[in-house]
Amino acid sequence: MTTAPVEVKEPEIDEVVTPDRPWIVIVWNDPINLMTYVTFVFQKLFGYSLEKATKLMLDVHEKGKAVVSSGPREKAELDVFRLHEHGLWATMEHDS
Amino acid sequence: MIRKRVKRSRGGGFELRIPADERELLRSLGPHMRTVLTDRAGSGEEADEAVERLFPVAYPDDEDRQTEYRLLAHDELRASHLGALAVLEATADADRLDEDQLSAWMRAVNEVRLVLGTRLGVTEEGDERPLSARDPRAPAFAVYDYLTYLQGEIIDALSG
Repeated sequence: MTTAPVEVKEPEIDEVVTPDRPWIVIVWNDPINLMTYVTFVFQKLFGYSLEKATKLMLDVHEKGKAVVSSGPREKAELDVFRLHEHGLWATMEHDS
Repeated sequence: MIRKRVKRSRGGGFELRIPADERELLRSLGPHMRTVLTDRAGSGEEADEAVERLFPVAYPDDEDRQTEYRLLAHDELRASHLGALAVLEATADADRLDEDQLSAWMRAVNEVRLVLGTRLGVTEEGDERPLSARDPRAPAFAVYDYLTYLQGEIIDALSG
């Protein structure tokens, strides 16, 4: 048991103060999706150049994750959905 | 010499040169995956890790929003996965595909790879592979490797 000071959690406060703070979409590394496939999906879904899509894919592969898009919550959620449709491991969170 | 199985045609669309036994395998994937996706997916309890791989968590740090996302997106996601498999099944004997159909093949083949690969515990290093052909997992690895090869060809053709 610890006697750490009690912290009041106010998770909603940030959204109230900065409603436009963007959401970011993150793709995480996994051992099954092919590197060429991940690059292709980034190009197809986001219209990225081969160069940009390849760089993002390499970030996912080497660093374990990459931010692939950002924007309002609805847009980010649609991007996550489309990535899930393609079997990529995507999550979203508030940009910090 | 291995002949290319998927090739972009000069007149548009894509030419398939896939041997009959491979087409038979591809056709069989639909019914199996349909059972897996319809019976187990999203039931919450008794979740099959391999099937859950097709329904990733969107909000890992926000349970409420994740519940909401799942409610909104889950059925649509399952319909999308099943739709891609249905195209693969319906066109398993085709000599030609258009771009939408080949894209559906790409997604369907990947869905099977994700489920199979998760079940087999595939890693990036590949050191989980059975050394003996008599290993009971050897046939599943053979299917996985074939689908990986075919997916590579599909991506090459779509990108070319």
